[in-house]
Parts: sequence; structure tokens; C-alpha cells
Amino acid sequence: MRVNIRVFARLRDIIGVAELDRDVPTGTTAQRVWDDLVEEFPDISTYTGSISTAVNAEYAKMETVLDDGDEVAFLPPVSGGEFPG
Amino acid sequence: MMGLARLAVTTERLNLDALIKCVHDAPISDGSEGTGAVASFLGLVRESNLGRRVVKLKYEAYEPLALRAFERIDNEIVERWPTAQLALHHRIGVLTIGEVSVAIVVAAPHRADAFAASRYAIERVKQIAPIWKREFFKDGDVWIEGATTDPDDAAAREEAFRRACV
Repeated sequence: MRVNIRVFARLRDIIGVAELDRDVPTGTTAQRVWDDLVEEFPDISTYTGSISTAVNAEYAKMETVLDDGDEVAFLPPVSGGEFPG
Repeated sequence: MMGLARLAVTTERLNLDALIKCVHDAPISDGSEGTGAVASFLGLVRESNLGRRVVKLKYEAYEPLALRAFERIDNEIVERWPTAQLALHHRIGVLTIGEVSVAIVVAAPHRADAFAASRYAIERVKQIAPIWKREFFKDGDVWIEGATTDPDDAAAREEAFRRACV
């Protein structure tokens, strides 16, 4: 199946494009897509643990299992989210 | 004719009067005494941040998710302050010093709820809205990254509520 990956802000700058399509096996989670992306673009590995995700423009967990045609977005930390720090 | 959307992400210059009209025109909720107070908040591009002189800012959003975030905030406000009416617009694109990046208006029967709910709204926007800020200086630029809060995190909601009601 195929998923559409969206990346934003500095994450997009590192990867070089805002959107990518990737073929992934059935049962793939957002986490797995992220792990593959890190393998492809090692410079984004610093975001592992701090990114959050959305599937089809709804907040989602990294464990979310994706369907064919899903849009999975990876969101770097936002500027104002200082909680709880 | 449909009025201005109460919740929006836009490249247009923000218009506080239009937002105020927006909450005024909204239907009065059950049990409300009607609007007796309107509190407004404007977030502006500051000329200096962390000791650096800012030339301009660029805001970028994942627009459909940012709208979902605003809807959540709207629902949370109705839960806490059932008679409050929120209007919330965030600008994206390139902004220069002094320009308005976010505008929030809350109408309520009494001032305490209007002030508290508007403060709550901006705290939650900062926590959960997928909107990123890039600062440009004379000799470079940087993405400002803090932390993203899980929108379902109850402790974060409580923290925003605490800040709103101090």
C-alpha cells in the first residue's frame, strides 16, 4: 500500500520536500514510517522522541496503524509549547 | 450571508473589529444573560527575541490540523465557560515587526469569564496548534522549537486553566 508523508518547518527543510509518497507493507504504523524516514534521512534522527503525528489531518499516536492512501504528518515541536518545562 | 468564520488560519491581515462582530453575531447560548463583556488579545511580532534583533517572522501551519486544534480549544472553552463565545484567528506567512500574528476575542456575560477564557485560548494555542515560527535576523534565521503537547494531556489543560485563572 502507499502512504503520503507530510513534513513541516525545519523537518521539511532538512528533508528538502514537504511531501513524499512511500510504499509500505500492510499494518505499517506511523512509527514505522518515521523509522524508515530516519533511515533515509539520518539528519532527522534528532527529532525521534520529540515529533508528534497526525493521520489524515487528525491528531494521532505513533502506534496508529495506517491504511492505503493515508496522509501521515510528522510535526516538529511548536514554538510555544513550553509545558511542562 | 455567512459571516466571518470564528476560527481561522489565514494569510490575510487580522482584523480585530471583524472578530468582535463575529462573537457579537453568534447566537446566545442557553442560560446566558447575553454579552456583557468582550475581552480581546493580540499577539504581535516582537522586535527582539532571546537577545536577538528580529527582522521578520515566518509562520507556517499544517492548516487542517490547526483548525482541528482551534475546534478543540473552542470545545474546551465551552466546557469550562458555557456562556463564553470564542473567535480565534492565526495569521501565517511573512510578518514584520509589530504585525498581529494571532487575534483572540471572547464574549461572555461577565468580564471574569471573558478574560479567563481568552487567556486559556492563547495558552492552548501555544501548547497544541501545529503552527511553527521561523525568525529572521540580519545575518541568519532559525526555526523556533519548544515542545508539542499531546492535545489529550489533561495535565496540560489544567496548566492552561491555572494560568487563565490566576
